[in-house]
Amino acid sequence: MPDGQAFLEVKDLKIHFPTDDGLVRSADGLSFKLERGRTLGIVGESGSGKSVTSLGIMGIYNKRNSQISGEIWLDGDEIVSAGQETVRKLRGNKLAMIFQDPLSAMHPYYTVGHQIIEAYQVHHNVSKKVARKHAIDMLGRVGIPQPDRRVDDYPHQFSGGMRQRAMIAMALVNDPQLLIADEPTTALDVTVQAQIMDLMHDLQAEFNSALIVITHDLGVVAELADDVLVMYGGKCIEYGSASTIFERPEHPYTWGLLGSMPRMDRPTQDRLVPIPGSPPSLINLPQGCAFSPRCAYEPQTGGLGTTVPPELVRAGGSNHLVRCHLPTEERQRIWAEEVKPKLEAQ
Amino acid sequence: MITYIIRRLFAAVVLLFIISAATFSIFYLVPRLVGSTPETLATRYVGRAATPETVHLIAEKLGFYDPIWLQYGRWVKGIFFGADYDLGATVEHCPAPCFGYSFITKTPVWPDLVDRIPVTLSLAIGAAILWLIFGLSIGTLSALRRGSFLDRAAMTFSLAGVSLPIFFTGMIGLLVFSYKLGWTAPGGSYTDFTESPSAWAYALLLPWIVLALQFSAQYARLTRAGMLETMGEDYIRTARAKGLPERDVTVKHGLRAALTPILTIFGLDFGLLLGGAVLTEQVFSLPGLGKYAVDAITNNDLPKVLGVTMMAAFFVVIANLIVDLLYAVVDPRVRLG
Repeated sequence: MPDGQAFLEVKDLKIHFPTDDGLVRSADGLSFKLERGRTLGIVGESGSGKSVTSLGIMGIYNKRNSQISGEIWLDGDEIVSAGQETVRKLRGNKLAMIFQDPLSAMHPYYTVGHQIIEAYQVHHNVSKKVARKHAIDMLGRVGIPQPDRRVDDYPHQFSGGMRQRAMIAMALVNDPQLLIADEPTTALDVTVQAQIMDLMHDLQAEFNSALIVITHDLGVVAELADDVLVMYGGKCIEYGSASTIFERPEHPYTWGLLGSMPRMDRPTQDRLVPIPGSPPSLINLPQGCAFSPRCAYEPQTGGLGTTVPPELVRAGGSNHLVRCHLPTEERQRIWAEEVKPKLEAQ
Repeated sequence: MITYIIRRLFAAVVLLFIISAATFSIFYLVPRLVGSTPETLATRYVGRAATPETVHLIAEKLGFYDPIWLQYGRWVKGIFFGADYDLGATVEHCPAPCFGYSFITKTPVWPDLVDRIPVTLSLAIGAAILWLIFGLSIGTLSALRRGSFLDRAAMTFSLAGVSLPIFFTGMIGLLVFSYKLGWTAPGGSYTDFTESPSAWAYALLLPWIVLALQFSAQYARLTRAGMLETMGEDYIRTARAKGLPERDVTVKHGLRAALTPILTIFGLDFGLLLGGAVLTEQVFSLPGLGKYAVDAITNNDLPKVLGVTMMAAFFVVIANLIVDLLYAVVDPRVRLG
């Protein structure tokens, strides 16, 4: 790899949508790196810009109604400035995506097999017979019983979990090096969620691919991710390894997320603590820190919180970034003395 | 699938019977409600010069005194076994399928209908091909370039197309293209396909275009609306994520899904047209079912009107049946659901 560049490197990615009401800043200056074999979890509430970011990396955006800037380097190639045709050839091939609701994400009029065969044939100049064999093989690998028969079924004939497996088979049919999973388990029931997460974990190990998991479910992140990026209002507000984020988080928003997460590993649980307020509009972000209106510690910033936008700076741990006005020692103190005991007492 | 087909076929047959009964009742009861008697009905067939005795006799022989259900039964029987009409001086035989006998032209209705079906069929098929090609492609392009100049121009044009009646566009078309420029055939020059395919196409060219104009406009709007909806679906995003060329995304995934509701409307429209493109045939003097119906109505020739109405109903029901069956082919969810 040239000059020590990571397999996937996103630099200052901005995706804006001009609308009649103003500019929607869905992704506003995101930067992160990801190596093959590693998993990045992108966490945030609905409307924090997670999905737009993932579609941006895939190159799926309408140039007529969106503005994209920044750099996305994939395996030494820059994608943002590359031609649409170049990116199309990478899409589904070198980088692939798994979507949230597999029923609506699969075409109702084509068989599951047809849709996988189609994905394979776009990038491989092979006969339908060969592609079909490959599709059946792939369905078997994601754990669909009797794949040679189910290949001719329509999506509506599959159960929810089976559909998500088929969706994964479709995404993996070309052995992608980067796989983006957008809320892969949200539409599934809990037991199936666990199966799908195991499956994704195993397949990632098998293919040695880089995996981005986009979710609002910290459980999924805890299960799969090596690194975690917390998004709020289109920006990264905290970044670090999964253990850092779960054990020494420094951003009040991340504390809030942890507090609102059900913990099955804790014996007593009174109530979940919601984060007050609602996510900001991506058009009119609050002055200063985007999280300030919902932040309990905003008064301690001495007015900075509502006036100056905070920068993403190094936090306590190594490779740990946070976007907060509170001084590092103060954040660490609040976490250790106030937030953590409360979470553990829950 | 087989039971589905059988069920639909059975429903279609029942429907045709209901329609025939209703139509028959309307055509034989309504005149009576407004004052016609069996005698006045018979007068229409034997002429005013006949004596009241003759009129009474004919009315009796033709069964005009019988109750409505008996008359209907006789009419249905005629369809399957043929019928004889005793006109006093002569007995006219109307062979099966006898859809009535016109006492004005002294001919059975069925052979007339058979003669005219090819004309209407030629008109409808040609126009349908044109309007599907233009309607679907304009609608699709409009949806993809939503808000562009092309979209606005196409939608304005199609609003005009929907709004302008055929007797207007047809007349203007005839005036400009046939009489001034001489590019297309004047009205009333229909030639059978078997006689001369080129003369056939030449005579039908303008009617096809005029008829297709109105439908293209309507189908362009339908397609545009459908495409705008389907192109926002999740499976379109999936198709893009696979790396499919945009062309395949649009046609194989977008249009494929948008076509389903259009198919239903097409079935109805096409069936209706087969029953007679009344205005178009009238404007261009095409001897099809529509013109036949207009002529029959102007002449107060009830058996003909009844016959052509049944024919039209038959086409609509059959077209719907075919659409229902096609639906199962087009949308796999219908098959098991």
